[in-house]
Amino acid sequence: MNRRGKFLLGGGVIVAALAYMIYAGVSQSVVYFVTPSELRAQPVAGKAYRLGGMVQPGSLKWEPRSLDLSFTLSDGKAAVPVRHKGTPPDLFAEGRGAVVEGTWTSDGYFKASLIMAKHSEEYKAPQGAESQAGYKELLRTLKGQPGNP
Amino acid sequence: MTRWLGWLAALGLLAGLAMGFGYAPKDAVQGNVQRIMYVHVPSILTAYAAFGLVLVASLGYLFTRRAGWDRLAHAAGEIGVVFTGLTLVSGSIWGKPTWGTWWTWDARLTSTAILFLVYVGYLLLRGMVEDLERGARYAAVVGILGAVNIPIVHFSVLWWRTLHQPPTILTPEKAPISSAIALALMVNWIAFTLLFAYFLGKRLALRRLEEEIRA
Repeated sequence: MNRRGKFLLGGGVIVAALAYMIYAGVSQSVVYFVTPSELRAQPVAGKAYRLGGMVQPGSLKWEPRSLDLSFTLSDGKAAVPVRHKGTPPDLFAEGRGAVVEGTWTSDGYFKASLIMAKHSEEYKAPQGAESQAGYKELLRTLKGQPGNP
Repeated sequence: MTRWLGWLAALGLLAGLAMGFGYAPKDAVQGNVQRIMYVHVPSILTAYAAFGLVLVASLGYLFTRRAGWDRLAHAAGEIGVVFTGLTLVSGSIWGKPTWGTWWTWDARLTSTAILFLVYVGYLLLRGMVEDLERGARYAAVVGILGAVNIPIVHFSVLWWRTLHQPPTILTPEKAPISSAIALALMVNWIAFTLLFAYFLGKRLALRRLEEEIRA
């Protein structure tokens, strides 16, 4: 093997090792959020978590006057009740994904300090007449219905 | 040549602007905020291309030791940093109204920030070594190792749990994207690539002038 071949081989080994180390290291240490099932399996009161799941349809309640927000995050197997004080982001709604930061309380609910809406990779135009959809949205907002705070 | 690239890029960006705001509909879920995508996605794709070019040019330099490869790697690295910065800023502006936060430390955002910092370091390293030939050699090594991060950034959303959504383009599966939005995105991508080529030509010319002055 000539000098160039050795250089290539050595370089390849270093790059592969580096890539593997980053991948393995990040995989083990970075769990960005836990699922409701994982939290239910071993909940520690007072510990800070990031919890991710689907906002269960019918569970969302928002009181605009007191800014009290409550909903249930689910992953299909387990569900965790979440409470928060504040305004949720625009994309936050029932049946959509969300990630919340906060702590598990001994009272049996998750006290969230930050609500983040998870967005899907789908992009499409609004269905039907746009003005009509906007009108419906406005009506819903005026009524203060849950699902569109 | 470079001048023509500049006019083409300007034309492409105008077309992209018209497509992004006029032709493409607003997104059903996100509304008009989604249009930030026409800057955000072409920016990172151009950055990938730029850092890919750094990789190729760095290999070329190490094998041939021709200064031309080094110039190319340097120019591409600088422009890649600019486009990565643009990605981070536009993503942050998009993230606040959609996610509800400017920044979060998920794998996609963190790895992109690392990508930015690695190539900022790459440019700093070039400036720090007195001996030009040795500086070029060190930079080439960093330019090759840094490229390891490109697939990590792109596939982070598939490998780990993240807040950032999975990729819509450059994926094995069929993209769940309406054709008008995809077309507008494509036009902007081409425009950004032309802009990158224009910047590259300009930066290489500038570098040659710098070398003439130094000599």
